Amino acid sequence: MERDSTHRNVDPVLAQALEWVEQGRRVALATVTRTWGSAPRRAGSHMAITERGDFAGSVSGGCIEGAVIRTALEVIETGAPRTLEFGVTNEMAWEVGLACGGTVHLLVEPVANREA
Amino acid sequence: MNAGLLRELVAAQADGRDVVLATRLSDGVQELVDAEATSYRLVPGGNASADGPVAGALRTGVPTTVETTEGDVFLRPYIRPPRLIIVGAVHIAQALVPMATIAGFQVTVLDPREGFATPERFPDARVVIEWPDDVIGTLAPDRRTGIVALTHDPRIDDPALIAALRSEAFYIGALGSRKTQGARRERLAEAGFSAESVERIHGPVGLPIGARTPEEIAVAVLAQVIGALRAG
Repeated sequence: MERDSTHRNVDPVLAQALEWVEQGRRVALATVTRTWGSAPRRAGSHMAITERGDFAGSVSGGCIEGAVIRTALEVIETGAPRTLEFGVTNEMAWEVGLACGGTVHLLVEPVANREA
Repeated sequence: MNAGLLRELVAAQADGRDVVLATRLSDGVQELVDAEATSYRLVPGGNASADGPVAGALRTGVPTTVETTEGDVFLRPYIRPPRLIIVGAVHIAQALVPMATIAGFQVTVLDPREGFATPERFPDARVVIEWPDDVIGTLAPDRRTGIVALTHDPRIDDPALIAALRSEAFYIGALGSRKTQGARRERLAEAGFSAESVERIHGPVGLPIGARTPEEIAVAVLAQVIGALRAG
């Protein structure tokens, strides 16, 4: 009688990532590792991206998702994780339009579809 | 991350086990640990049972980055959601249950009155038709549990509040005017609770936003509960 809704405990983005992997899709996982200022998504937020550019979750208020998806597609190809930084002092932030302000650090890693 | 680790992480959350995923940011090397782990490959000396960063992440649920000689390691805790026990299957509870669920709480409604605690009135919540003093001990409220009493009936609210005061609940609230609260304080004092202890009870309940309707009161209560959770 302790719990009746354990499925609600599972991070929906991770659940989606796993579902994609089990369907044989190639997936990358982006995670906010650090934020400063008015970054809208907290550290720990996830976004899962497939090789086709489908995605679930968010890592900002919508301003850097496009750049993160591009990086995720590279990460899926190379198989090597990357770290990203977006901020108002960062030229890339202007390029992608980090209009929400603040600074966001991300890890973008491939989800290797094989057992360790 | 390999697929096996992702599967393990999702399974841990589904089972309600609190875990931390450690990731070395320079090369993506990862390790999944829990409170029982005694040594970590990625965080030297970060024993979960001690006051280390892994223990802190498990306690607060807040991710952190620790510096090691091998580079920065990101600690992402995945812990069970906070719980909210609502005593009284009343109109405010009907609004509070979906709001608290959306905000990420695992919600339980207690009411011994069968006519109130029906599945029709609470389609999405776990509803327990028992006297709160019988049940709250079983629910074992901890530091990540909030308890709010909404019945207006001292025969139901008082035993719930007594059980709540004996727990480490991060939030205790009780519906009722200042006059009702004063009378309640006296009863709890007679039951042996110190004034300091009784001060843990938020009452009148909810942030003072001038709430009038049951739905507005639910907003005020939930805001106060979140404030207490994040302050702790």
